[in-house]
Amino acid sequence: MSSPAASGRDPSTVTVDAVRAGGVTMDDLRIHPDTLAHQADVAEAHANPQLAENFRRAAELATLDDADVLAAYEALRPHRSSAADLEQLAASLAERGAPRCAALVAEAALVYARRGLLRP
Amino acid sequence: MTHTTDTGRYRLMDAQPVNLDGVAVADASVGLVAFDSPDDPEPSLVVGADGSVVEMDSRGCDDFDVVDAFIASHGLDVAVAPRAMATPDVEVATMLVDPAVPRGDVVALVAGMTPAKLARVLGTLTPAELTLAMTKMRARRTPSNQAHVTNRSDDPLLLAADAATAAAFGFREIETTVPVLADAASNAVAVSVGAAVASPGVLVQCSVEEATELEMGMRGLVSYAETVSLYGTEQVFVDGDDTPWSKALLASAYASRGVKMRVTSGGGAEALMGAAEGRSMHYLEARCVSLARAIGAQGVQNGGIDAASVAASVPGGVRMMMAENLMVMARNLESCTGNDALMSESDVRRTSRTLPMLLAGTDFICSGFGSIQRYDNMFGPSNWNAEDLDDFLLMQRDWGVDGGLRTPAPADVRALRRRAVDAVTAVYRHLGLADFSPQWADQAVEAAGSKDVPAADLMVPLTASRVIAETGLTMVDVVAALYETGFDAEAEAMLAMLRARVAGDYLQTSAIFTEDFAVLSAVTDPNDYAGPGTGYRPTPARQAGIDAVRQQRSVADLRASQAARASDAFREVGPAAAGSDPREVVIGVSPATGRQLWVTLSGLPVEAVLDELAAGLEEEGCTARVVRVDHTIDLGLIGLTAARLAGSGIGIGLQAKGTALIHRRDLAPLANLELYSVAPVVDAAHYRLMGVNAGRHAKGATPVPVRNPYTDEAIEARYHTTVVALVAIERACCTPGAVPQELAVTR
Repeated sequence: MSSPAASGRDPSTVTVDAVRAGGVTMDDLRIHPDTLAHQADVAEAHANPQLAENFRRAAELATLDDADVLAAYEALRPHRSSAADLEQLAASLAERGAPRCAALVAEAALVYARRGLLRP
Repeated sequence: MTHTTDTGRYRLMDAQPVNLDGVAVADASVGLVAFDSPDDPEPSLVVGADGSVVEMDSRGCDDFDVVDAFIASHGLDVAVAPRAMATPDVEVATMLVDPAVPRGDVVALVAGMTPAKLARVLGTLTPAELTLAMTKMRARRTPSNQAHVTNRSDDPLLLAADAATAAAFGFREIETTVPVLADAASNAVAVSVGAAVASPGVLVQCSVEEATELEMGMRGLVSYAETVSLYGTEQVFVDGDDTPWSKALLASAYASRGVKMRVTSGGGAEALMGAAEGRSMHYLEARCVSLARAIGAQGVQNGGIDAASVAASVPGGVRMMMAENLMVMARNLESCTGNDALMSESDVRRTSRTLPMLLAGTDFICSGFGSIQRYDNMFGPSNWNAEDLDDFLLMQRDWGVDGGLRTPAPADVRALRRRAVDAVTAVYRHLGLADFSPQWADQAVEAAGSKDVPAADLMVPLTASRVIAETGLTMVDVVAALYETGFDAEAEAMLAMLRARVAGDYLQTSAIFTEDFAVLSAVTDPNDYAGPGTGYRPTPARQAGIDAVRQQRSVADLRASQAARASDAFREVGPAAAGSDPREVVIGVSPATGRQLWVTLSGLPVEAVLDELAAGLEEEGCTARVVRVDHTIDLGLIGLTAARLAGSGIGIGLQAKGTALIHRRDLAPLANLELYSVAPVVDAAHYRLMGVNAGRHAKGATPVPVRNPYTDEAIEARYHTTVVALVAIERACCTPGAVPQELAVTR
C-alpha cells in the first residue's frame, strides 16, 4: 500500500469509479503528516535542511482545518496582530501539536515588536 | 546628452525599435545599479557562542530588519560559514565553473554564505562563465519550460483550447491569471481541463492574491503556486502585505496540502517600488534568494520578472538577471529563469537576454513563455509569445538544445483544441456553471486569440466562479463531471494529479511530471553535469522531436513539387551545331531543365522565361536558338558554351532555377557581360530586358546594363535550402563529356 492520505485512505482506492460513486473528498487526497515527515528526511538528505524544516512545519499544519491554516497565515501578515494575539496563536498551535509553527509565531512576535509590525 | 539627428544615418538609427526602450544612467541612490552600489555592505558574519548570528553583512543583530533577521536565524549553515566566508570570491567562482568540482560541494559551501558574500562571488563571473555554471548548477537534469495561458475575456473555452495547445507544444507548467479577480476559479478549472486533454501531468497555477491562491490550492483547483513574492528590503516587503514569517507559514501551508510552491522575486523590483535603500539590484536579490532558502521554499522564479526592463535599463543589467538565476541554483533551489516580462521592443535585445539560459538549460527556461498572443497575455506581453513559438523551436533546433518545447502536428492541435472545448463545455454544463453556444465553441477552437471569439460572454466566467465558490466545488467534482460526460482519460489524468498530492514527491526541489506521472526532480533526476560528455543530453527520440520542425523540407519534397508542374514543352532534336547567322543568340539551359526541373525560384515556368528572352531578342531583330548544355552545371560555362555555338558569339546561360547571364565567346568562363544572380526576385520583365541587351551585344553595341533587382529580405535564408536541392538535381542530370543538344520548345 502506498502512503495513506490524511483521511487514512489508501490512495490506490481513490479511483475514478470511486469518485463517481461519490465516496471521495479532498481529505482523501490530502497528504498525511507522516508522509511529510518522510519528505522532510528526503529533503535533508538532499542538502536542504530549510526545505526539510518547512515540510516538518507542514506536517503540523496537515492536521489543521483549511480555515485555521488560512487564519494563521493572515495573523502573521504585517499589522494584523497584537503581541497578545500572536502569543495566543503560538499557544494554540502548541496545544494542537504544532510546536514548530508555534515557535515560528513566537519568533515573529519578537521581531515584529522590534520592527513596528504589530497591530497598534 | 542630446541625440544627434542631423544626418540620415541617425534618422535611420533613431527609427529602430530598440530606441523605444528606456535606457537609464546608473544611479545608486535610487537603486538603478546592477552590481556594486557604494552602499552595498561588506560581507561579514559573526556567530556568537550560542551559535546565533550576531552580525551579518556589516550589520549588528540589534539592527537587523525582517529580512536580515529571518536569514540569520534560519538561512545559514553556521558550521560551514567560517570556511565559506573566508574562501576568496574568485576561488568560489572557480568552483562554480569548474566541472571537476561536484555540484554538491559548491552547494554545501554556499549554504554558509551571507547574501553579500554570494553576491560578490557571482558578480565576478562573465556571461560565458555564468552559462557554464548554470549548466552544472541547475538542480534538475532535464530542462523544461512554463507557459502563460490567459486571455482578455477570461473565456473558459479559449483558455481550455490554449491550455491544450500549450501542453501539446511541450510546456510542463501552465500559469494563468485573471483580469477580473472574481474569475479566478473558473480560469483554474478551464486551464486544468484543457491541459489534461493534451498531456497528463502538466502542472497548473492561477496567479492571484496570496490567500485566494492558497484557498484554490486547498480545493485542488490548482496544482502548484508561484506568486509568493519576496522582496529585498523591509519597506517593500511590508508594502507587499507580508513578512518573511507570513511567507514561511504560507510555504508550509502549501506543503501541508501536498501542493508544490515556489516564490517570486527579481532585481529592480525594489527600485520600481521606490525603496531600494541605495543598494544594488544584485545585492537585494541575493537577500531575496537567501530568504527563499531560509523559509524553506523549494524554488524561485526570478531574473527581473516584472521589473525586467528596469534591470535591463542599466549597465550590466541583463548579466545581473542571469546571475540572479544562478544564485538560486547555487542555493540548491529550483530555478525558473525569468525570460518572462517583455524587456525590450527589440527582437535582438530580447533574444540576447534569453539565449544563454536556453543554451545552458534551466529548470524552466521561461517563468512564463506567453503561449498566447501578446494582446491576450494578462501578465503583459512576455519576452516570448505565441508569435515567437516557431522562432523558439528553430532556436532549439539550431543549437541542438532542449528548451522544453516540441513540434505538434497542426491537425493534432486542432483535434486537441476541439476536445478541450468540448470537455469544458460538458463539465460546465454538468456542474451547472454555464452553457456555451456551438458558435462560441467553434470560434474558440479556430481562434488565434480572444479577438477571434466575439461570441464570448464576459458574465460566464464570473457566474461560474461564483457558483464554484458558493457550492464549495472542488477538483474532485470536476473529475466526476468529466467521467460522467465521457471524458474518461481526462478524468483519470486529473485524478492522478490530485493523487500525487498524497505521495508528496512533487514537493521536492524542481519537480515536474512526465506524461506517465513519473516525478523528475532534484531527487529523482539530479543534474549530473561534470564536463563534456556528461549531464543532460536529449534522447535520440527527443532530439528527433527537437529537429523535426514542421517547416522542414527534403529534396524529395522539392522533387515532388517540381514534378507537379512538369511540362512536355522541351523536346531534344539532336546535337547542337555552331550557327553562322550574325543575328543569332544561343540560349543554353542547364542539364535538369525540362527533365526534372520546370519552374524557377520566382515561380515562372522555364518555357515562359525562354519566351521572354526570345521576345527581347526579337525586339532587337535577333533570333534565339535553345540548347541544353549537359556537361556542366556551372552557369558561366553554360553561357560560354552557348556563346560559342551562336552565330553572333553572344550566348545566354539559364539555370532551371532562374539564374541567368549574358556571355561572349571570347571571354573567360567566369567572366560575363550581365548577370541576374538573385533568381527568386527576377520577374518576366527582367528576362525580357536581358533578351534586349543580349540582342544589342550581338549587334556590337554597349547597352546600359539592366539594374539587378535587389531586396533587403533574407532571400538566401528563404531559398538556399531549395537551391541546394535544385543543384543536387542538376548535378544528377549532368553528363561529363556530353555534347549540347538542340531543344525545340513548344508552348
